[in-house]
Amino acid sequence: MSTLLEPFHYEFFQRALVVATVTGALCGLIGVYVVLRGMSYIGHGLSHAIFGGAVASYIVGVSVFVGAVVWGLIAALFINKVARRRSIGADAAIGAITSASFAIGIILISVQRTFVVNFEALLWGNVLAVAPVDVLVVLGVALASTLWVFLRYRQLLFSTFDPEVAEVSGVNTARVDIGLAIMLTATIAATMSVIGVTMIAAMLVIPPVIGRLLTDSFSKMLWISVGSGTFCGFVGVYGSYYLNWSSGGTVVLTAGVLFVFAFLFSGWRRRIPAVAAEHVH
Amino acid sequence: MEHLVRFDRVTCRYGREPVLVNVDLEIEPGEFVGIVGPSGSGKSTLLKAIAGSVEPIAGRIERRPGISIGYVPQVETVNWFFPITVREAVLMARIEDRRLPWPSKDEIEEAQQVLERLGLGGLADRHIRELSGGQQQRVFIARAMLGRPKLLLLDEPTSGVDVRTRHDVMHVIHELHHQGLAIVLTTHDLNGIASHLPRLVCLNREVIATGSPRQVIKSEILERTYGAPLEVLSHGGMPVVLEQYPELVDEEEGAKVLPLREDHHEHPA
Repeated sequence: MSTLLEPFHYEFFQRALVVATVTGALCGLIGVYVVLRGMSYIGHGLSHAIFGGAVASYIVGVSVFVGAVVWGLIAALFINKVARRRSIGADAAIGAITSASFAIGIILISVQRTFVVNFEALLWGNVLAVAPVDVLVVLGVALASTLWVFLRYRQLLFSTFDPEVAEVSGVNTARVDIGLAIMLTATIAATMSVIGVTMIAAMLVIPPVIGRLLTDSFSKMLWISVGSGTFCGFVGVYGSYYLNWSSGGTVVLTAGVLFVFAFLFSGWRRRIPAVAAEHVH
Repeated sequence: MEHLVRFDRVTCRYGREPVLVNVDLEIEPGEFVGIVGPSGSGKSTLLKAIAGSVEPIAGRIERRPGISIGYVPQVETVNWFFPITVREAVLMARIEDRRLPWPSKDEIEEAQQVLERLGLGGLADRHIRELSGGQQQRVFIARAMLGRPKLLLLDEPTSGVDVRTRHDVMHVIHELHHQGLAIVLTTHDLNGIASHLPRLVCLNREVIATGSPRQVIKSEILERTYGAPLEVLSHGGMPVVLEQYPELVDEEEGAKVLPLREDHHEHPA
C-alpha cells in the first residue's frame, strides 16, 4: 500500500496529477463541441497559432499568457468565420490560418535571436515541472469553462447541432462561437507549457470520440468524454511514475488504449441486434 | 395589427446578389400558405426573412409583437450522425425558459405530449437516425412545436421522400393547421402539395403571383415563375401541371427512348 501512495509524498507529483486530471476533464468537456463541429484539428492548429502570439508578446514585453490568449482568440474567431463559408471547410481554414500564425512566430524568432525555444518541451510539455501558479491557472480556466458550459448548455448544443435553425430560433450563434473560442484558447494557453501540444490535441479529440463510440445520446457523450478525459489524465501521470515513461506520452497512450477498447466494444454492440435478427429469420 | 407578418417591398441579398426583390406579402393568423418557385428563387430566404434571421437591405418587415415562430429545416441539412436522441432534439428548442442543462419535469412532460400528438410517443429515446423519413420530419416539427409557435415555417418538408411519407407528413401539417396554427411552407411539388393548399405564392426573386391554386396554377404564371413551358390541365376541378419534355416523346408512339450518343457506347475491353 505504501508503494502505491509513494508518489503522493512529492509535491511536484501532486501538482502534476491535479493539472493532468483537470486538463483531461477540461479537454473532454470542450472537446465534445470541437469534435462535433468537425474541428478536431483545431487543438493542434491553435497550439501552433498561439506559439506565434507567445513569441510576439515576449518580444513586446507583455505577459506571454495574455499575448497567447489574445493571439489564439483572433485565430480561432478567424477560423470560425472562414469555416462558415461553404466553399472552405473547417479543416482547410484551420490549416491555413494556424500555419500562417506559426510562421509568424518562426520569423519573429529568426529576427529576434534572444528567444530560445525547446521544441521537445513544446510538443510534450513537462507536467512534472508544474509550478503552483500553473495549477491555479488551470483550475481557474477549468472552473470558468465548466460554469460557462453549464449556463450555455442549451445554446451550445443547438448551435453545434443546427446553427442555422438555432439562429432562427433566437440563439445568438456568433456569441456562442466567440465564447467557445475563448474557452478553447484559454484551455490551450493555460496547459500548453505544462502538458504540451501533442497531449492537448489528443485529449481534445480522443475522449469525445470514445464518448461518441459508446452512446447515441449527447448528454451521455458529454459525461463519458469528461469521465474518460479525467481517467486518462490521472492514470497516465500516475502510471508514468512507476513506468518511468514520459508523463504526457503515457496520458495520450492511456487514451489511445481506451479508444481501442471503446471501438471494439461499439463494434461488438452493433453486431448483437444483427445476430438476434438472423435468429428471428 | 391583424397580420402575423407583413412584408412591404422587401429586398434581401447575399453578398452582391439580390435574392428577394421588392416582395410584398402578408401572413394572416391561421393561414396556410405555400411558396413555390424554382431552385434559387429565394424560397428559403423568404422563410428566414419571415423568421427574422435574414435582415432586408430595403423595405420593411412587420411582425406581430411577441409572436413566436417555429422553423423546420430541410431534413437534408440535418447531421444524422450527431449523437442525439429524439427527446434531446425536441427539447433543444427550449432555450429561453430555463438555464439549467437538464430539462425540468414539466419540460419532459410537455415534450412527451408533443411527441405523442405527432405519433412519436414511444420513440423518445431512439437516435434520430433510427427513424423512418416521415418520423424524422415529424421530430423537427415537434421541436418547432415545443416553442409554442403561432406561425410554423417549413422548408420543403416533403423533399426527397416517397409518396406515403409525403402523405404522412402533410397529414400532420394539415392537422396542426386545423388546430389554428398559421403555416408557411416551401415546396417543389406542384401537383402533390401546392395544388392542395388554400393559398400559393409564386416566387422567383420577386412575387410573380399570389392566390388560390386555381388562380395561380396557370401556364403563363408558371412559365414566368419557372422560365420553362408547363402545361396545366384540370382534373376533378383541380389544376394538374404537366411537365413537357418534347425530346422524350414520340407524337405517334408516346414515350420513346433516346438513342445513345456516340460517347455513351460501351467499348469491349
